[in-house]
Amino acid sequence: MELIAEIVISLMLVIGGLFGLLGSWGLVKLDDTMRRLHAPTKATTLGVGGVLIASMIYFAVFLDRISLHELLITAFLLITAPITANFVAKAHMHRDVKERDLPKTGGEYGWAGYDEIGDSEQPIDTK
Amino acid sequence: MLGAILRRVFPHPQLTAFLVMIWLLLVNTITPGNLLLGVILGILIPGVTQPFWPDRPRVRRPLRAIEYILIVLWDICVANVAVARIILFKSNADTQSRWIVVPIELRSPEAITILAGTITMTPGTVTAMLSADAGHLLVHCLDTDDPDAVRDEIKDRYERRLKEIFE
Amino acid sequence: MITYALYFAVACFSIGLLLNLWRIRFAPGVVDRILALDTMVVNAIALLNVYGILTGTAVYFEVSLLIAMFGFVSTVAYCRFILRGNIIE
Repeated sequence: MELIAEIVISLMLVIGGLFGLLGSWGLVKLDDTMRRLHAPTKATTLGVGGVLIASMIYFAVFLDRISLHELLITAFLLITAPITANFVAKAHMHRDVKERDLPKTGGEYGWAGYDEIGDSEQPIDTK
Repeated sequence: MLGAILRRVFPHPQLTAFLVMIWLLLVNTITPGNLLLGVILGILIPGVTQPFWPDRPRVRRPLRAIEYILIVLWDICVANVAVARIILFKSNADTQSRWIVVPIELRSPEAITILAGTITMTPGTVTAMLSADAGHLLVHCLDTDDPDAVRDEIKDRYERRLKEIFE
Repeated sequence: MITYALYFAVACFSIGLLLNLWRIRFAPGVVDRILALDTMVVNAIALLNVYGILTGTAVYFEVSLLIAMFGFVSTVAYCRFILRGNIIE
């Protein structure tokens, strides 16, 4: 039992470490800001996730402490990663991307960052 | 009468349950005292913040939502391997990054937010922007030969399921 | 075996932090710096948790939870500043 736990923990740590490193390496290697956005948002989440699962198993098996704290951090990172990615993308487009470089929406209105519409026309009720 | 009182005390039952769970995870030990404190917080916080969200988000099929979460978690693992291979083995010149426009039929803000987050977390795609009338999503794809296939997969795999859950 | 895996993970995340620092120093624009800072926060959380396993204490989870929250809020605040010119309107 302990041996299996040991193998699983080590595997999780190695996978987590490799993906964390890959996310940072992608940030250095890729050559365009939008492309660079892909590397950290994905790879780092699994990197941290692996480490947190490893620590959960470790505390449960070797120190007899059921610790579910880690789930909270994993969930928090999984929820916030898309939001930060979206914000960074928006900031990048606001600074460096012109609207004519983007594809057309195919609808009546343009993209939200470039096209202003009045509150009365707001299609989603935000109240 | 009873229903009205219940609605006053628990304006958002899901939020109350969620807060109790978060509190128990934070203190990391389940004792009756902690549970009681969690329930008090779970009643107080939705009550105080009630003016910020007057509507209840409606989840029609909770079981489908669990299925959706499992699918997304699996896709996140696949996405990591796919992006890792692109980063490691493809030169920058070979990578074909494209913008993709995804028309969406979802109307509730919660569903659109979840769809945008899902797209960001899954294989090689990042949501960049929503059109001003909330009818189209602008998605950046890291490496693809066939933008239409990516769009169809997003619509069929995620949007269809979200539509079943929320509408 | 776990000890070696832990040292391996520490090495990986440390190199990751150095790569992020390099990206902050030689970034083409301010958005890349924000992205690198955000990645640094995530790497720091992972490093803290690995250290927590190494020392066998659970104190570091609170620390990493706080860092995660501060990291998220600061990234959003930076981006908002670029988008709008101020943070709270």
